[in-house]
Amino acid sequence: MTLLRVQNVSRHFGSLVAVDQVSMTVEPGELRAVIGPNGAGKTTFFNMISGFFPPTSGSIVFDGQDITSWPAHKRVSHGMARTFQITEIFPELSVRENLRIPVEIAAGFRLQPWLSRKDDVAVRARLDELVQMGGLTDKADRLVGELSHGDQRATEIMMSLALRPRLLLLDEPTAGMGDQETYDVTRLIRRLHRDEKLSIVLIEHDMRVVFHLADRIMVLAEGAMLAEGAPADIAKDERVQAAYLGKTQ
Amino acid sequence: MTAVDKRLSTPVIWILLLTMPYWMDAMGGYTELACRVVVLGLAAMALNFLLGFTGVLSFGHAAYFGLGAYGAAMTIKFMVPSTALAIVVGVIVGTVAAAVIGALIVKLRGTYFAMVTIAFGQVFYFIAFRWNTVTGGDDGITGWQRQPLNLGFTTIDIQHSDIAFYFLVLALFAFAVAIMALLLRSPLGRTLVAIRENERRALFLGIPVERHIWLSFVISGAFCALAGSLYALLSNFTDPRSLHWTLSGNFVIMAVLGGMRSFWGPLVGAAIFVVLQDYVSSHTENWMSVIGLFFVLVVTFFPRGVVGIIKRRVVS
Repeated sequence: MTLLRVQNVSRHFGSLVAVDQVSMTVEPGELRAVIGPNGAGKTTFFNMISGFFPPTSGSIVFDGQDITSWPAHKRVSHGMARTFQITEIFPELSVRENLRIPVEIAAGFRLQPWLSRKDDVAVRARLDELVQMGGLTDKADRLVGELSHGDQRATEIMMSLALRPRLLLLDEPTAGMGDQETYDVTRLIRRLHRDEKLSIVLIEHDMRVVFHLADRIMVLAEGAMLAEGAPADIAKDERVQAAYLGKTQ
Repeated sequence: MTAVDKRLSTPVIWILLLTMPYWMDAMGGYTELACRVVVLGLAAMALNFLLGFTGVLSFGHAAYFGLGAYGAAMTIKFMVPSTALAIVVGVIVGTVAAAVIGALIVKLRGTYFAMVTIAFGQVFYFIAFRWNTVTGGDDGITGWQRQPLNLGFTTIDIQHSDIAFYFLVLALFAFAVAIMALLLRSPLGRTLVAIRENERRALFLGIPVERHIWLSFVISGAFCALAGSLYALLSNFTDPRSLHWTLSGNFVIMAVLGGMRSFWGPLVGAAIFVVLQDYVSSHTENWMSVIGLFFVLVVTFFPRGVVGIIKRRVVS
């Protein structure tokens, strides 16, 4: 069954049409990249999928349910997690404390005013697992605000993963990073995709990352879909090359 | 926060609280003053559950404090002469009001939220002030007294013994504070801190932010109402000033003065506030200027409050 089906979504800000009639389907286990020049509407498209704001028109079906008008938190609890272009974490808490909150939410303890010893042990075990998977073992008790950009990004991705999502949306996961950090984060995403069988949609500017990771690529330009296909086809597409050189059509 | 002062501070605070009526006299105070420290400390800690641990500023918590006070006073005066029932009614009245008002305003953020809390608080103030026949208007509710506490097997005379009343207040304080401490260490408490730290991230971790802020608001209002009903019982009296926004402002001052990122900070702030007020007001009418100056100095030089200063000393 198709995991995510976005149909003809548009978003208007006043007279500006940020996204115009864009459709996309994501199959389970797929890693989809969304690329496009600045101002193409990629983040707006993401914000509609994740529920940051509703589309002006169109519909979004996730895992068989029409979620078009759902609030963001409800989408998250049905298995859709996201990261942001500018990392959104809890800077004054440690890595472990950052991760603890989504781990407890995923375990269904969100409203619980106590935690049994048994549950606490299970939560801690899961925390260790996530800290290790994110390569954060030696920094687990430091405040996230003090860590490098790459480690903050890794923390944010692991927080999303802690929710045990079925779909992970990553908005420019390597934005503003050096080569080594880009490499580390790319490797982490690849591992989540391959080993954890996670379905991922990511927006990315770094073409090395995109062509290294993606199963399929969708290209947006000026709010509309320009092309969609396998990485090899997209690389050859003349319209895409034109868009990236600044000319459309 | 270091492990040392965390382990030390709680026992030290409890020893001080349990012995307070005995050394308060020697320090030039009196038992009623000790009661006021604990009651207003509870109100400030209740406010801080919302302010310091959820990151939401209310400038209208006197509403729930005052409703608690009126609930307790009117129960004894007009319904049943029972201290226990008075406290229960006071807490219920304040909590229900917090639940209703909280639901109406929880979509607002920051300054807007704070302004609307003031407005709702003032509504209750004016009702109490104007509705002479029921609330006694400006004179408040007088001509009643807290009743001896009947526990079934024994009766505690909190009516005539200030010390007995102090320990009743302290027991209820302990109960309230224990619940708040447990909540803050629970998954629910951690979602509140998540909202304080980064609301957007909290939302995208699947936390229905508004519902959780509402919960925090109601919990905070409930304990504030408990403090209010104890405050009325303490002075056998209540008047519209217990609902006024300046009292709400005092709760905020106590929390910030003591340190709103610390669990006990607001109690320390309340103690300083109450003692300073008692001492300075016996010398000058302008006691508020002195407290104001002290407040400005602390906030300017020690943004983490008095507890923040102590912690830094302990660490270094």
